[in-house]
Amino acid sequence: MQLEQQLRDRLEKKDILLMTHIVLGYPSFDTNREVIRQMVENGVDCIEMQIPFSEPMADGPVIVRANQEAIKNGIRVADCLAFAAEMTAAYDIPFLFMTYYNIIFKYGEKAFFEKARACGIKGFIVPDLPPEEGGSFLQLAAEYEIAPILIFAPTSTDVRMRVLASHGRGFIYCVARRGVTGVKSVIGQEVVEYLGRCRQATSLPLAVGFGIQDRDDVRALIGKADMAVIGSQTIRLVDEKGAGAVGSFIAGLR
Amino acid sequence: MDKQGFFGNWGGAYIPEVLHQTFQELNAEFTRCKNDPAFWQEYVELMSTYSCRPTPLTHAENLSRHFGGAQIYIKREDLNHTGAHKANNVMGQGLLVKRMGKKRVIAETGAGQHGMATATMAAKFGLACTIYMGEEDVRRQRPNVFWMEKMGATVVPVTNGSRTLKDAINEAFRDWVTNVDETHYVFGTVCGPHPFPEMVAWFQSIIGLEAAEQIMKYHGKMPARIFACVGGGSNAMGIFKRFIPESNVELVGVEAGGHGIATGLHAARLSGTDASPGVAQGYKTMFLQDEDGQMKETHSVAAGLDYVGVSPILSDLWEKGRVRFESATDTEVMAALDLTMKKEGIIPALESSHAFVQAFKEAPQLTPDDAIIINMSGRGDKDIFTIAHAFNDPSWKEFIIKRGLEYSQEK
Repeated sequence: MQLEQQLRDRLEKKDILLMTHIVLGYPSFDTNREVIRQMVENGVDCIEMQIPFSEPMADGPVIVRANQEAIKNGIRVADCLAFAAEMTAAYDIPFLFMTYYNIIFKYGEKAFFEKARACGIKGFIVPDLPPEEGGSFLQLAAEYEIAPILIFAPTSTDVRMRVLASHGRGFIYCVARRGVTGVKSVIGQEVVEYLGRCRQATSLPLAVGFGIQDRDDVRALIGKADMAVIGSQTIRLVDEKGAGAVGSFIAGLR
Repeated sequence: MDKQGFFGNWGGAYIPEVLHQTFQELNAEFTRCKNDPAFWQEYVELMSTYSCRPTPLTHAENLSRHFGGAQIYIKREDLNHTGAHKANNVMGQGLLVKRMGKKRVIAETGAGQHGMATATMAAKFGLACTIYMGEEDVRRQRPNVFWMEKMGATVVPVTNGSRTLKDAINEAFRDWVTNVDETHYVFGTVCGPHPFPEMVAWFQSIIGLEAAEQIMKYHGKMPARIFACVGGGSNAMGIFKRFIPESNVELVGVEAGGHGIATGLHAARLSGTDASPGVAQGYKTMFLQDEDGQMKETHSVAAGLDYVGVSPILSDLWEKGRVRFESATDTEVMAALDLTMKKEGIIPALESSHAFVQAFKEAPQLTPDDAIIINMSGRGDKDIFTIAHAFNDPSWKEFIIKRGLEYSQEK
């Protein structure tokens, strides 16, 4: 089933969806396995799995460190693909890959799409690949029916948002503020107005990420967006309290 | 340039969406500047009053005699204000920043020369300034850190990744996406997303424009070869650009051979076979990376050459066979530096000394009727700690120990 439809089906029963994020191989695949189990059991609707990259330009300190540690531990792209296949077979929610373009480019775009489809991946989030540079990527995404998830930023003009939306599938990832991942966002009037502009620009579901950390943040997004994205916060939680703390944290978000 | 921002297969603008709008504005302003002859005039005027342009072309008579081949000429970018070619690009972008009305500048720096130049420009133009510098480079280039701070800049040591230039670039981008409205990122070299490679090459091309006139005046004809060190490639593009159409002038880029190509501890992208095509830091070029696309650690005695990528313009010129690439090891660099100081009383930076190494290898193959130009991208004073250490200089060591003792007693 296509990603957008999967999300819409879930939206029938919930007033807001939850997407979570993990860095593959950090601190280990065993921990990833446990974290994902707890996320799914506590109602997460979609999970983005980040394939580590040595130069994670759009990420903040928490995720940067996770990327570095994973690479230092010898995590290879092939391991990430195998793990992804295991997860999609085990759980009935959509899984996405988040990574930087070089990982895909170096693997070979076509080969990567083919492999990702075989692994049951529903979408890609690639923060350093604007549509202007993504001609062949977008074509392959259509061919392999993997949703290219495009990103809106508060600095995107209305015209730009329409251009992005025309290339996007699945949902639009709305970055809540300027900056990198992991710094708390305040869902104030400015964000509400921005999300209004996002809604005007596309009929695709809207996910909001960057700095969404607790129940209040998630609740504030109800009616303004379709999915809240929790990224750095669960990594921080696992670092501090271990994988066992994830379940109750997720359950308390809605 | 072919497709928007591409040089053959290389370049582009692989940027996060949050920067899209600011790049639109930057492209528009840069295009206006390029098409406005008054802007270039203002730039040249600024460089001749605030810096030392035109910089001299020095005939290195003793070195020429020593090698008994080509006449060796040295383009003296070390005589720029702040001691390196970096000032050219920075002052140019400073004029651009003033036109765009931004209030703050940020920059990455490896050797510290680009950071120095940016701090200088920020002080002169009244801009707030933050410099990102790998922790490893902060240690290697302490004098530059001192001066940057004295000029009012905030120097942020970067502790991510390999703690060198590439990590400083990542961190500067993270600042930029956070503070994009008021801030301009003064990119230091002919790399990164479009329009930076083209823009930085344009500002730096002043080097080659002067050198072409000077060599005609002193030597009466075009040089046989031009040598420049290549980290990101800005001094090389600066001197090469004017000579690209001169098909009889051979252009030679010299990369950091580190401990030797075979050891893997180097930064040879185009002169070795370890690099492969990739996309990182906003552009497509030849990167030193593993099969998964993870960037490798690089090594050079010269912080400014210690970088995983290389200018997309140079990758294109390499692919088309217009620029030849060689490498120089750390050991060769120290020897060339030593010889240049003894013969000419000139102290090239460790980066620039790489170009001297290759020029010295090739000068004897040519005749006294031929001229070669070495682009001396910067002066070596900044490297005093590294050079003194490499020479294992006893009197310098004694001085440091004494001074250290004095400071520790003050505590």
